[in-house]
Amino acid sequence: MNAFPPTLPAPRRSTLLRHLAVTAAAALLLLGLTYGLAPFRNYQLATMAAYLCATAGLTLLTGLNGQLSLGHGALMATGAYTVALLQNALGDAGFLGGWTLIVSLAAAVVVATAVGAVIGLVAARLRGPYLAGFTLAVAVVVPAIATTFDGVFNGEQGLGVAVPPPPAALGASFPYERWQAWLALAGALLTMLLLANLVRSRFGRSLVAVRDDEVAARLAGIHVARTQVLAFVVSAACAGLGGGLLALLAQSVSPGAFSLTLSLFLLMAIVIGGLGSLAGAVWGAALLVALPDLSHLLTERLALSPAVAQRLEGNLPLAVFGITLIVVMIVAPGGVQGLLRRLGRSARLSWSTRRG
Amino acid sequence: MQRFIFLTLDGLSRGAVYAAFALALVLIWRATRIVNFAQGAMAVATAYAAYSISTATGSYWLGFGIALVAGLMLGAVVERGVMRFVDHGSPLNAVIVALGLVLVLQAGLGMAYGNEFRPAPAPFSRTALSVGELALLSRYDLFVFAAVLLVVLALALLFTRTPVGLRMRAAAFAPEVSRLLGVNVGGMLTFGWALAAALGALAGMLIIPTELGLHPHAMDLVFVSAFTAAVVGGLDSPPGAVVGGLAVGLILSYVSGYLGSDVTPLAVLVLLLAVLLIRPAGLFSAAARRTV
Amino acid sequence: MSAEPMLQTSGLIAGYGNAPVLRGIDLTVPAGTITAVLGANGAGKTTLLRALSGLIRPTGGRIVFDGVELGGTPVEHLVRRGLVHVPQGRGVVEELTVEENLRLGGLWRRDRTDARRALAEVYDLFEPLARRRRHAGHQLSGGERQQLALGRALVARPRLLLLDEPSLGLAPRVTAEIMALLRQLRDDTGLTVLLVEQNVRSALSVADEGVVMALGRIVVATGPAELRDDEQLRHAYLGF
Repeated sequence: MNAFPPTLPAPRRSTLLRHLAVTAAAALLLLGLTYGLAPFRNYQLATMAAYLCATAGLTLLTGLNGQLSLGHGALMATGAYTVALLQNALGDAGFLGGWTLIVSLAAAVVVATAVGAVIGLVAARLRGPYLAGFTLAVAVVVPAIATTFDGVFNGEQGLGVAVPPPPAALGASFPYERWQAWLALAGALLTMLLLANLVRSRFGRSLVAVRDDEVAARLAGIHVARTQVLAFVVSAACAGLGGGLLALLAQSVSPGAFSLTLSLFLLMAIVIGGLGSLAGAVWGAALLVALPDLSHLLTERLALSPAVAQRLEGNLPLAVFGITLIVVMIVAPGGVQGLLRRLGRSARLSWSTRRG
Repeated sequence: MQRFIFLTLDGLSRGAVYAAFALALVLIWRATRIVNFAQGAMAVATAYAAYSISTATGSYWLGFGIALVAGLMLGAVVERGVMRFVDHGSPLNAVIVALGLVLVLQAGLGMAYGNEFRPAPAPFSRTALSVGELALLSRYDLFVFAAVLLVVLALALLFTRTPVGLRMRAAAFAPEVSRLLGVNVGGMLTFGWALAAALGALAGMLIIPTELGLHPHAMDLVFVSAFTAAVVGGLDSPPGAVVGGLAVGLILSYVSGYLGSDVTPLAVLVLLLAVLLIRPAGLFSAAARRTV
Repeated sequence: MSAEPMLQTSGLIAGYGNAPVLRGIDLTVPAGTITAVLGANGAGKTTLLRALSGLIRPTGGRIVFDGVELGGTPVEHLVRRGLVHVPQGRGVVEELTVEENLRLGGLWRRDRTDARRALAEVYDLFEPLARRRRHAGHQLSGGERQQLALGRALVARPRLLLLDEPSLGLAPRVTAEIMALLRQLRDDTGLTVLLVEQNVRSALSVADEGVVMALGRIVVATGPAELRDDEQLRHAYLGF
């Protein structure tokens, strides 16, 4: 007979230590990686890390708490525009050092959190298609705000972002892309550490409880609305950080970069990666960067006219995403991570039965 | 006062289109308890089909007809080929699959036609006819009213007076019992989706000539506005969808007229917010929710 | 009356998911009779009817209806052959009117005149329905709903009627009327009825045959008189 180990919740201290150890190990590994990668690949790694902040937060909200948000692209936009405006303002006022980045990113998180709180307060009262429709409206309308308040946001053209060079301490010949990767990875690791701890905490358990059975959770003493708003706020903060990092990486912001399509991309990423799993968020972020890259390779290989190539390149990732998403939802709703888990479980089962 | 009348009539004209679109959403909701988030993208696809046919043959009306037929076919294909296989255990699933469909459709259209704005001419003059000093409706507005009225009446007759309509309603309300009485519930579902998609195609064809042009994202904001209209009327109520559509059209027209058209998207969001917070079940619903 | 049974099952196995509820049912329902299916909750009575009408696919055994093996016949086709199942809870479509519910029973028929005639006959039979034909289903009382469900089944002109707990929630007088109607239909039109009932007394008052189920099997198949008179049987399976 198999004696499965009892699954008691781990005591907090050892969980935190474990997470810190994993984070430190990952940091070291990634550091080494950035020395080995070509500049463009470092840039891609940085972009992936920025997306990871958003996908991890969205995993918490949609995967663990069951609230479908189609508006997180708009929250990323909030963080991105905050960074843009603040960096430009600080630059104009003569302040331009590495520390401005910390201030801008912190501001991005704060602003995105505030907006997330407002949206979250509304969202907590909505369910099912009403929630989806409301967040969809947010995603469609918020980019339009850039055009409404033309003076501040400069409409469709967007804003450039004044970014300081890497700190002098790193040396004059330090590759810029590596610095970008370090910045973004730092943000991503911090986010993952935070979220991993949250997931294992009491708050994390109440998130899942509310998702699985709202009435039962309420009867068990969980304050449902508060939990849902907090989930929204946390995920908004993460999205804001991700958007802020993207602004720094691209050195520009525009409404087109944060359209409804981005919100859908984020959702697709976490579904394909595996809804409800932080590891799945990593897969999703990787997919968000890998797919456009692969489609670019494909269109280059096909040697098409520049007009056709541009059409294909821009839209192929969307099409592949869409198809993959439909197939995954129908065939394997657990996503990549779910598939891996299932494979792992069946492998473990066959191993133990062979031993027994 | 003149302006008010003009805005009112213009709002009603747009409202008629929102009504048609909202009705399509309600049709699918009543039959399947799904909000078809791909409705807008499907409508755009049929509009592109019309565009291709119109430019190839020079006939607007042929293209118009093709759009409706394409709508019927697309609706049937989506239901039979995709939505039927979705696990309805979690309500998230159908929404996510529909959104995947949006990506596929918009990407496909972008690849086939490019993302630029294409011209979408109206079949009738869009200048307002004047009665004395008052600028009233244009010929195009009258066409829109007539088309929507005709289609809504036809659907109402179909559902309430024909055997097929009875089968469709029975299949939507009580699928198991309907099967026991010989109704092909699956077939009725497919037919319902086909009709809804054709209705969405009509709405698309009517509204795109009034916008900036045809492009893959042309119906995004229309979807949001029509969704708002459907929520206003109550997702379960077809008359509610029509009233909601007209109401949303009017409100947006006044906002655009008195506050500027830049504010319109924001106004839609605020309106949706207001409805969802005050009366989420819609104006025409009687259902009460039981909470703990 | 033909010697061929209207319905016959042999070794019928069916269930939900992995657990079989019916564990091999051998049942014979003679034509033109009312057979009562009795037994405690969970015995599998409703599952039996659902397996017969195809709502559940049997995983083993055979069903022969009117001499033809049903095999994988889709649910929607059975009403044409004359098999009508009135499910538990009646299945009145609340959002439709009385008339629409009734018309639903005759939609499968190509001949519109025949369908209209059947509808008129049902209105003759159930006077309260005729009076309330424009009312919505949710406005009807329990007894009226049962009449509507039965009437709708009759519009389909069934040869075999599967009834699942028609007396549920009804006053004794109304139940008696329903049972009397069943008897009348059997006598006048040769209708065969398979009647699942919790209300044992009512069922036995009209039944020609009786079958008792327990834990997915038929444990007793006999005449209603024996069921009434054998005290041991009654105590063991019927609770009184």
